[in-house]
Amino acid sequence: MKQKSQSVMRFLTGSAVPILFITISVIAIPLSNYSGLYLAREIVTRLCRDSFLVLSLLIPVMAGMGINFGMTLGAMAGQIGLIFITDWGINGAFGLFMAALIGTPIAILLGYFGGIVLNRAKGREMITSMMLSYFVSGIYQFFMLYLCGNIIPIKSPKLLLSRGYGIRNAITLNVAGGFDKLIRIPIGKVYVPFGTILLIAAACIFIMWFRRTKLGQDMRAVGQDMGVADASGIKVEKTRIESIIISTMLACYGQIIYLQNIGTLNTYNGADQASLFAAASLLVGGATVSKATIPNAIIGTALFHLMFVVMPMAGKNLTGSAMLGEYFRMFISYGVVTIALVLHAWKRHKDKEMGRALLREISSENTGK
Amino acid sequence: MSKENVLLSVENVGKQFEGNRVLKNINFSLEKGKILGLVGENGAGKSTLMKIIFGMNEIADTGGYEGEIYLDGEKINFKSPLDALNAGIGMVHQEFSLIPGFTAYENILLNMEKTKPSIISKIFGKKFETLDRQEMKKIAKDAIDTLGVQLDENALVSEMPVGHKQFIEIAREIDREKVKLLILDEPTAVLTESEAEILLKAMRKLADSGISIIFISHRLREIIEVCDTIVVLRDGVVVVEKPAEGLNVRQIAQWMVGRDVAGRKAVQVRDVDISESNKDVILDVEHLWVDMPGETVKDVSFSVKRGEIFGIGGLAGQGKLGISNGILGLFPAGGKVLLNGKELPLNSTFNALKGGIAFVSEDRRGVGLLLDESIDWNIAFNAMQVQNRFIKKKLGGLIKWRDDKAMKECADKYVNALQIKCTSTKQHARQLSGGNQQKVCLAKAFAMEPSLLLVSEPTRGIDVGAKALVLDSLRRHNNENDTTIIMVSSELEELRSICDRIAIVSEGKIAGILSPDADTAEFGLLMSGLSNLNEEGEEQ
Repeated sequence: MKQKSQSVMRFLTGSAVPILFITISVIAIPLSNYSGLYLAREIVTRLCRDSFLVLSLLIPVMAGMGINFGMTLGAMAGQIGLIFITDWGINGAFGLFMAALIGTPIAILLGYFGGIVLNRAKGREMITSMMLSYFVSGIYQFFMLYLCGNIIPIKSPKLLLSRGYGIRNAITLNVAGGFDKLIRIPIGKVYVPFGTILLIAAACIFIMWFRRTKLGQDMRAVGQDMGVADASGIKVEKTRIESIIISTMLACYGQIIYLQNIGTLNTYNGADQASLFAAASLLVGGATVSKATIPNAIIGTALFHLMFVVMPMAGKNLTGSAMLGEYFRMFISYGVVTIALVLHAWKRHKDKEMGRALLREISSENTGK
Repeated sequence: MSKENVLLSVENVGKQFEGNRVLKNINFSLEKGKILGLVGENGAGKSTLMKIIFGMNEIADTGGYEGEIYLDGEKINFKSPLDALNAGIGMVHQEFSLIPGFTAYENILLNMEKTKPSIISKIFGKKFETLDRQEMKKIAKDAIDTLGVQLDENALVSEMPVGHKQFIEIAREIDREKVKLLILDEPTAVLTESEAEILLKAMRKLADSGISIIFISHRLREIIEVCDTIVVLRDGVVVVEKPAEGLNVRQIAQWMVGRDVAGRKAVQVRDVDISESNKDVILDVEHLWVDMPGETVKDVSFSVKRGEIFGIGGLAGQGKLGISNGILGLFPAGGKVLLNGKELPLNSTFNALKGGIAFVSEDRRGVGLLLDESIDWNIAFNAMQVQNRFIKKKLGGLIKWRDDKAMKECADKYVNALQIKCTSTKQHARQLSGGNQQKVCLAKAFAMEPSLLLVSEPTRGIDVGAKALVLDSLRRHNNENDTTIIMVSSELEELRSICDRIAIVSEGKIAGILSPDADTAEFGLLMSGLSNLNEEGEEQ
């Protein structure tokens, strides 16, 4: 009985964040007056748009590096790929694959760099990766604003600023919907883009397969205890770098999928929020900074975006002001990250306490004999 | 003993750390398939010796060692533990090196996983081969069966009892191919009696299969039971190397603790009534537990009479340091502590200090001193923070100024009294030698004018002259101010020279309280946790 109540407690503390979110949604949905069909459409669209980006965060969590806010680096690589293929006028799904092909080496390079930096900041990976992404964002902007059209040839005047060099801030992508339109089948009244879903499924299968490889096993070992892994001969630093490289590559593809759905590219700050929203989605799904699964990612994306759609309208209907609704949305996404981090620390503290109690029980049992 | 059968022979090995000699002229040899028991007090040099054999980096970093070691007739000189592993030496450390979230079999085969190739792995390399979990489980099960324990290879290590973890560590070592020599450092310390029994049997089995074992344990009964030969180290020298047959626990305990008690100052100036009838108890500790990493206190009860010097001894890692740190609230603790009959709230360092307890930490550079502040600051610091002394009040207490003059006077007094060698009281604590730093720590405690003084390892790492001075000043302070002192130390002789009573801690509990005049062997027995043995003997 005691054990049962303990496991129930464990489940509750473990899924405190998703439960909190479901509760808020249940209250907010009727307030927003949205129809079920509208919400279903929105959720499907947003799941296809964002899941891949969220999935890119899983592997660094497994390697014990927390949430890789440096995934923004990969998103930038994807955007560079998209700008080039737009300039070259390649359309459709093929164009997107080309963009991915261009983005991949850039993502690998940035991931390698990020991995090296994070190896020097062991234990503080999350904040370091966040700052790193701001720094690299500066370099990226310099590349876009100055080098493109100046040193790197850009043919299309539609892409360039009127002064002759530098990329415009808003670019309409002619590859828009490239994946979404591939296999689009209506289920009931909801159109489901199976092309994109296939890609997301491929990413899930890749991650599941990867967990079963030797490298995946090494990453799990490194993630749980670097010292032990090192003593058994695993190359800790190399393994950590590899996890960041894979994450950055996946983020590159994720951003391409995201943007083909949106249809326009916001050159200078399109990637900035990618990591925050992806991190919030993952945490809403019940993941922690030390454990994250594919269901966490998918459920989290659905829940977070449900909230994202519903909240502004609910806020507007409640307060009569659209501005306040928008405010609600930001307030909640930052709040989630904070709550999830605090809950995680609290849970670790509890686990430690339980471990201590166990230790004493063992000792008293021994005396009992 | 034929020369051919010898697996490991250690010849004239010595080692010093920065002029401090820890091992001198060590000689012994170990035959194939035999078990060698290594015993000795803390600081006798056991772990240094094992580090040399296992090729730990810190040995090479501190200038290598003297003498030669031969494994299978070949001279060895390992650059790193990986070399030692490849040469067939396995070592199970005192602290676990297991991945908590992995299952037993994953841990046993850590970085030795069996894999299956696939098309992808042929392109991207071996790292992308998938794990062959069935095969891994089979291998792990075989290793576990060799040890003769009942253990589920699919269970998570984090959910296992401590005893099982120890077996998994050993299973991992014997699973390595061509392991010839296994070093087990205190493997039974965390096991229950029945688990230890199984382990001893497993060791015998391994030895019979041809693996030699070096077994380090403070439980002497186990040593006698399982070992073929016994090597006793004391102060860096092998004092005895003998076949285990026919030896008894008392004898070994005597060799281990050794040293004559002569030269000890038997003069007890004060006379404190330490009998049960004396009800003037200053500190009463009941069922104290402390979660100090590496020094866990499980269940400790004792009481200290006003005015006495109470010693707490025992081997490292048994929890003696946890007691003083726990009472002071530096680590999470529970149980009941009564100071002068009033309950002292635990986990609150400020309250402990406020209640008139002063503490000299064993970690003088980390906890004891503000290294980059001057001596007078260090001495006055606690008294100022906790007792509001060395403070001048202006405007009716609205503004508080530091009283530099009083601080300097106080510092000068202690610099003289304790003979602290320094250029002035303005010198920074970091620049002092270890012994003088320790004296500053003492002065800091004395300056609080405590009714109860807790001293942890007051002579650790300081030279002989400073040692005598520190002990003398403790005794004098006790004498003149009637301060009760609880002194925690791993040096038994030191405790015996100044204490009225000595409690020996073993495995997180008080094994017994002895008078300083008790027989050396008695102390040795308590340290080895053997008071339990006697009780057991009666039961059987």
